[in-house]
Amino acid sequence: MSKYSMHLLVCGGTGCHSSESDAIVCNLRDELEAKGLTDNVQVILTGCFGFCEKGPIVKVMPDNTFYVQVKPEDAQTIVEEHVIKGRKVTRLLYKDPVSKEPVSDSKHMGFFKKQLRIVLRNCGFINPENIDEYIARDGYMALGKVLSEMTPEDTIKVIKDSGQRGRGGAGFPTGLKWELARKNQSDEKYVVCNADEGDPGAFMDRSVLEGDPHSVLEAMAICGYSIGASNGLIYVRAEYPLAIHRLQVAIKQAREYGLLGNNIMGTGFNFDINLRFGAGAFVCGEETALIHSMEGLRGEPTVKPPFPAESGFRSKPTNVNNVETLAAIPVIILKGAKWYSSIGTEKSKGTKVFALAGKINNVGLIEVPMGTTLREVVFEIGGGIRNGKKFKGVQTGGPSGGCLSEKHLDIPIDYDNLIAAGSIMGSGGMIILDEDDCMVSMAKFYLDFTVEESCGKCAPCRIGNKRLNELLGQICEGKGTIEDLDRLKNMSNVIKDTALCGLGQTSPNPVLSMMENYREEFVAHVVDKKCPAGHCRSLMEYVINPDNCVGCTACARVCPVGAIKGERKETHKIDPSICIKCGSCKEKCKFDAIFIR
Amino acid sequence: MSKITSLADLKKKREEIKTGLDIRIKAMDPESVVQVKVAMATCGIASGAKAVMEFFLEQLERRNIAAIVTQTGCMGYCYAEPTIEVKLPGQEPVVFGYVDLKRADQIIEKYIKTGELVDGIIPVNYQSIDDKKE
Repeated sequence: MSKYSMHLLVCGGTGCHSSESDAIVCNLRDELEAKGLTDNVQVILTGCFGFCEKGPIVKVMPDNTFYVQVKPEDAQTIVEEHVIKGRKVTRLLYKDPVSKEPVSDSKHMGFFKKQLRIVLRNCGFINPENIDEYIARDGYMALGKVLSEMTPEDTIKVIKDSGQRGRGGAGFPTGLKWELARKNQSDEKYVVCNADEGDPGAFMDRSVLEGDPHSVLEAMAICGYSIGASNGLIYVRAEYPLAIHRLQVAIKQAREYGLLGNNIMGTGFNFDINLRFGAGAFVCGEETALIHSMEGLRGEPTVKPPFPAESGFRSKPTNVNNVETLAAIPVIILKGAKWYSSIGTEKSKGTKVFALAGKINNVGLIEVPMGTTLREVVFEIGGGIRNGKKFKGVQTGGPSGGCLSEKHLDIPIDYDNLIAAGSIMGSGGMIILDEDDCMVSMAKFYLDFTVEESCGKCAPCRIGNKRLNELLGQICEGKGTIEDLDRLKNMSNVIKDTALCGLGQTSPNPVLSMMENYREEFVAHVVDKKCPAGHCRSLMEYVINPDNCVGCTACARVCPVGAIKGERKETHKIDPSICIKCGSCKEKCKFDAIFIR
Repeated sequence: MSKITSLADLKKKREEIKTGLDIRIKAMDPESVVQVKVAMATCGIASGAKAVMEFFLEQLERRNIAAIVTQTGCMGYCYAEPTIEVKLPGQEPVVFGYVDLKRADQIIEKYIKTGELVDGIIPVNYQSIDDKKE
């Protein structure tokens, strides 16, 4: 049906674009025209291949040849050799880093193994509102297998052997959690799905619920069978209307097919799922607070033990798992523990979904095997830093995590390595920071969040975080002293040691890790009273460079507070006592005469 | 809708759906028509995926192209929303990013009608569970 017999795909992602992929497109089109091939071969600019390190990329279809580091002058060779004579241009092929052999077919490149979609297997593939499409992709087969062929003990063993750890952040082994819930005898038990995703910049759970709700329902039923529960509850935030809608549709369809309800698949197993809506409090992601919220009480945590596995919802044994943990369960059952544990690192198995946000080119959702390095995530899959700026850090684990700097780029990501580096895995939000981000302000940003979200039950979190936040505020305003840095550190450690729940115990993490990794920036704020990133307004001063100023009066006219004085055609001056540092003058100046000191 | 009463029943159901006897697709062979999937997660909808989906539903019918237009979840390319996947009969699916109504029109006129690719393709950059061997 196509009149074109060959396509040349040229990467037009930001990385490749800055290394002249536009010129490659032009040259290829010129060459094809010169050879009279424009009707047979089409040149197309594509989105990012995610292989920016070796860009610019040119891919030849249909034979899947993958050329790397192509220069505009290579266009002639590609057309003459590959297009006309059908010979691959060996020198432009990707060379396997181990064997040094050229790899021509992109499917055999190690790079494409960087992302592996287990949890996201159906996201963006099936229609989430159609149970048939889920069934066609082996949906509910794992539940069928468990109910008809496996005992609850077998099932728990598979999950234990797979080595899966909870994806909510703390990394507790899933199989062990199930086993504990199974051991506690009771007339009723509950399976709870924690879909209270609250970190700024995280959207993994929402995307799974919106894209593949049945995978969570199926896993909850499997869990119910394993621990001996017949009721499931999904605690989802009311701010996720689409996720709620799709869950409701999915539950209805599953009930109609008899995949939820009484006597599932004729095995005598009963299980049903209901939704509970959260009002969007961060602390309700903590399992005891979540359970209280579901019971209609205030969303406040209580001391563990007793763990929910002993006494949870309505004082019955309760198993709480995160959305992402559950979504992988059906695959583990079908593919086996050995398959799953072959992925990842020694102590962290399987894959992890990350939501990339912040100053990165390819904002989005990715899923990589544990052990992938931060560098691969940020610079290859994520396409590098936006607008060609310099990488500064990655905040992992949201407000409970820490900020990793350039020196951490090559550590393989897993639970233990991130803790060793002063951060946590968290639920998987990654916020990428560039040279314009001020670390003191970032630390304050996260504390603003935890101060707002603290439930107020324990003093270290309620009062301590407030004081931390005030100290950071003073530093940002240039009123801090070098002693304040020690004060910050001491107070952070006290809060960590004494707070009641996970929220308080982790809330000083951003401050501690940022002080550790970017100490010179904190020192610059308190000693030199400067913000190196040019972010803290109180520490900035707008100045006019007399060499560049031509006296056009543009800045004086735009200044909203009349802080700029000067005669026409004479050098202007900004009065720092009036200036509100809005930056309008700098934006307006055509002669680059205004700079920040 | 009939209940699924056993594992064998579920397997039968899966085969039925796989061979194209899907209730939604009815007797139509899904391999013989154009399939368009619009990524309709919150990110996609916020960037205008709903309008794009309606455009495809309306225009494909008006232009007499036999097609199935469905919604799906987040494809992960949030930076390039709205994103859609188009599968022409007998060909590998192609994902297009930044699909506004203008590009949607181009995709119908060029890619769907003549097989000619248009700018904005997002290459596949991941492995699926079926590719991953133990």
